[in-house]
Formats: sequence, C-alpha cells, structure tokens
Amino acid sequence: MNVNLKVKRFDPSEPTKNTWWQEYQIDIHKDSTVLDALIHVREYEDTSLALRCACRASICGSCGMKVNGSAKLVCKTRVAEVSPGGEQVVIEPMGNHPVVKDLVVSLDTFFNQIKRIEPYVQPDHIPEKGEYIASNESMENLLTAMNCIMCGCCVSDCTVLEVDDNFIGPAALAKAWRFVDDPRDSKRENRLNNLNNEDGGIWDCTRCMQCVEVCPKGVDPMDRIMDLRDSAISNGLTNSFGARHANSVNKSIKHSGRIDEFRLPIESKGYFNIKEIFKLLIPGLRMLIKKQSPSPFHHKNPNQSKVKNIFKNFEENK
Amino acid sequence: MKFAFYPGCVSRGACPELFESTIAVCEKLGIELDYKSMESASCTGSGILQEKNLKLGDTLNARNFALAEKSGLPLLTICSTCQGVMSQANARLLADKEYLKEINQELKSEGLEYKGTVDPKHLLWVLMEDIGIDKLKSLVVRELKGLKLAPFYGCYIVRPSAALKFQENPSRSTSLEEIIKAVGASVVDFPGKTQCCGFPILMINQKNAVNMVANHTSTAKDEGADAMVTPCPLCHLNLDAYQPEASKTKNEPINLPIIHLPQLIGLAIGIEPEKMKLNKHIISTKTMLSEIGVSP
Ligand code: SF4
Ligand code: SF4
Repeated sequence: MNVNLKVKRFDPSEPTKNTWWQEYQIDIHKDSTVLDALIHVREYEDTSLALRCACRASICGSCGMKVNGSAKLVCKTRVAEVSPGGEQVVIEPMGNHPVVKDLVVSLDTFFNQIKRIEPYVQPDHIPEKGEYIASNESMENLLTAMNCIMCGCCVSDCTVLEVDDNFIGPAALAKAWRFVDDPRDSKRENRLNNLNNEDGGIWDCTRCMQCVEVCPKGVDPMDRIMDLRDSAISNGLTNSFGARHANSVNKSIKHSGRIDEFRLPIESKGYFNIKEIFKLLIPGLRMLIKKQSPSPFHHKNPNQSKVKNIFKNFEENK
Repeated sequence: MKFAFYPGCVSRGACPELFESTIAVCEKLGIELDYKSMESASCTGSGILQEKNLKLGDTLNARNFALAEKSGLPLLTICSTCQGVMSQANARLLADKEYLKEINQELKSEGLEYKGTVDPKHLLWVLMEDIGIDKLKSLVVRELKGLKLAPFYGCYIVRPSAALKFQENPSRSTSLEEIIKAVGASVVDFPGKTQCCGFPILMINQKNAVNMVANHTSTAKDEGADAMVTPCPLCHLNLDAYQPEASKTKNEPINLPIIHLPQLIGLAIGIEPEKMKLNKHIISTKTMLSEIGVSP
C-alpha cells in the first residue's frame, strides 16, 4: 500500500531552523505497522531520520510517538488503522518530554517523576525466611498498575503536564498506587500524606482521561489516581482543596440531588480561607451580575428523600 | 421524536443560557423533551463523587437509568460531562451482572430496578444520528457564512472512546466539525479541541486551570477563530467566565466568544439571539454576531 508520512524533524546541531516537517511517500505491505514504515524510511529513503525502537512487540516501551496527535507505541499501531482511507499519517515525538533528535525523546523527565514516589517496597521488618510472602488476593488490586512498561505515552498526552511540569504525572502516580496498596509496604500512610500534600500531587489531575485512552497496557493511570484519592479521604486526609471539593459535592447531592454551584467553590476553599475566597470573588461577581447565576438559593429535587436514603445506606455500610 | 430529558445541574444553575437555547432549538427541530420522567433524577456525581465512592456514583446513575427505563423513552442529555459519567457508569453496570444485581438492591426500596436497556445520548449525537446532517441543513434559514468556528469537545464526550461507543458510531469523533459545516460556517482546527478545559481543577489549582483556558482560547484565536463552540457547559464556564483571568496571563485580551452547541444551531435555524441569551456571556458575542448580520 501507498502511504504518505509527515514527520516532525528536529536537529539540535542546526544553528537555525532546527525544527521542520518532512514528508515521505512510501510503498509498504498492507499489514505494516507505523514502526515498519518508519524503519523503511530510515533504510531506503533518508538515513538521517532518528527513531528509537527495540523489541518491536510492545514489551520494551521504547517506541512511543505521537501519531495523528496522540501518543502510541508505533510497533503496536498498524498504518491501516491510522490511515484507513489512505490519509496522510502525521508523526511527531512524544509531548511533555524533551526531544533529543527527530522522534527520539529523553526519558529523564519521566524517570525524575518516577523517582519522586520512591518506587520500591519499603517493608518494616526482615522476614524470618528469605521471602516476603503476599497472598494472591492482596496483589490482585495491583495488577493493572504493575502492567506499566514505562513507555511514557501517558506523560506525553497528559493535559496537566502541558501547563505544569511540577505535576508528578500519570505513570508515577499509578506506580505510587502500586506501592501504597502493596501489603508488604510499611509506608502507606507516609506515601498518602506526601501525595496528598505535595504540589503536583494527586489532586492536580484534571480527570481528562488522556492517559487512560493512550496507555497501551491498560494501566488506566487516572483510575489509579482515583484509587489514591479515595484512599487519602478514607485515611482521614480531608483538608485538601480536592478532598473538600469532593466532600462538598457529596454533601450537596445528598441534600438536594444536585450540585450547589454557589457553595461548592466556597466549601472547596474552606469558609475561612479569605485569601483563596477572594480569588473567586471577581469571576463570581462577574457571573452574578451578567448571568444572574449561580443562584445562592438552592432547590431540592422532587423525591429527594430516596436519594438521601441511598447515601445513608452507603454511609452505614462503610 | 421524544426523549426523557436530563438537563444536568449546570444548565439549571450557572449556565441558564444553555437550558433556554436547548428548549428553543429542540422545539424547532421536532425533538420533544419530556421533563417529568427525570424530574427526580439526581446529579451523575460529575466524576467528583466517584473520587470518593465509585459504587455510590454508579448507584445514583443506575437509579437515573431506571427512571428513564420506566418512562420508556430514550435518555437525552445536554452536558458532555453528564454524558461521559453516565456512559462510564453504564459500561460498568452492563459488564458485570453481579454488580448490577447488588446495585439494584439499593434501588429496591423505591420500587426501581435497572434492567440495562438505557443508552444515554448527548444532543450532539442525537443531531448526528437521529436528526441527521441533511435534515439539519434543510432547516437552516441563516447560513453562517464567513464565520470561523473552533470546535471544543473537551474530555468527557471523547474519552474513554470505548465506553462512548466511538467504534460503533464513527461519526461521533467529528460530529462538531460536521455540524459547524452544516450550518455554513467554517472549521478552525486546533490541537486543544479534545483536551481538558481545566474546569475540574478550577477550585483546586486555579493557576493551572486558567493557563489551560489561556492556551486553548489564544491558540484558536491565533488560528483565526471568531468564536469557539462547545457541547459541554463546564467547558463553557471555564473558557468563558475565566477568560478575563486567562487574558491576564497572556498580557493581552483574548476576547474569544464561547458559545453552546444549541446556540450555534439556533442562530442557523432562525432563533433570536436574545431568546438564547447570547447577550449573557462574559465574553461578548457582539462582534461575532455582527459578522453574520445579526444584532445581539
Ligand atoms: S487524567 Fe490526570 S493524569 Fe491522566 S492525563 Fe489527564 S490530567 Fe494527566
Ligand atoms: S502507564 Fe501506560 S502509558 Fe504510562 S508509562 Fe506505563 S505503560 Fe506507558
């Protein structure tokens, strides 16, 4: 099949114009992967094209790139999938990682994020016999997180990392969950405390699901972040903006069936946090004046007692 | 065409203009909205309640689905976030019979049971799949020629694509663009269209949330957009109401009007702007409206 690849190039040794787009028209087998196509280019069309790959079987995690705007392992992506009608295929290096050359990125940022969460089991005793035994059931919960092959695709497309490079990031947070919930680890509380309090911690994720969508291994990093949030709140860490935000939503749905948009911002900040509430004041007033909303008068839905009962049942059974 | 109408919290709260414009547009399109059947439905949890207790969130959604099922009508929403949360809950409920059974236990005392037949649909998808682009085109009385519009999907109506059934309904991935073209306007493509608007962390990390608004609106503007269209009231809230803050981070006014999907349709099928409260946005729609010869 014939395909047109549009590749984003970068050569740091060029003094000017070191970034440019280059197109390649190639003829490849219909079952080729995007990686096959790129290797074809490097072998037969342009030996200067830099790319990284190793296993070609989506195990090593080396060939993450952006294909048509979203991060993928190119060895796991067929050309026919991304160009079903013969459309041009746009290939760029992953986002949120520094580019070394062309499609090769540095994984330093990625591993610095991973290091932040102390990615090793920290037991509090030495077992009598050589091994730490954990039951199958106690490890099942961790299987998704343990599938991570450190490819960096989730980091590439994370919307928070685009505006804030201090965010711990999806892969590292998923890994953090893997240790928080490991029965052999003794630092659960510490870990949750840090992840809860740290700038760039669990509450900074926007729940945009980019990481869930692009992760080639079903780690579903965002869901692991939700597991961490749930654990933090259950562990009594309720004083963050995020936890207060979740608790306020819980309270208003229980009370009226709907989110109380007037109280939610104030309760998230805390009623006495004057400095933070002040920041909400101007946009809030603008809304009140222009839209006459959200109204401070919050109405209950009809039959709300039924919804309230569901909340009560959950609270009692917890 | 009649639907059990689930307006969500925001269209009855901070974005009343979405509610009004939906009513006006649906009437003209021949979409009958039944308010009664979902009147006691609760909030979906918005993904926020789910951070605290996923099962509780799923139970509330199962209850809402049971109410829709009882009405015998398909379920329609006008909020992308509601759509996403409902689709995800539905996927979990339908994937595991035992789980659904447990959750139905919670609904028993109210005499409700969710049988698993609901397929919640956003107005955007109803326009594509039930009304159809051709019918929409035939209803256009004011072609929005010359207007350059940037689509903004946000997150919940595009991810996770499996729960949202993108494979079964491939037109969902380009629906906004198709509709923009159908009303005679042109599409301004930009990479942020399927990214997060920042709203979910607005009250947690305002700086990041506002920077997201700044990036999306200024990129769309630089690409030539006269306005941005979104099917999500939460995206609207952040992109519109916090755009003045976003402008400050860029040290220049961005001034990109953000309009709701039904407002776009309404303009094209001849509904008056005041009726759709196009004058109630924080970022004025005046210039955009005068471009298509409408006085606000
Ligand atoms: S869900 Fe959270 S961690 Fe995942 S990509 Fe979005 S912001 Fe990043
Ligand atoms: S979580 Fe998934 S996408 Fe992220 S690094 Fe691990 S395998 Fe790659």
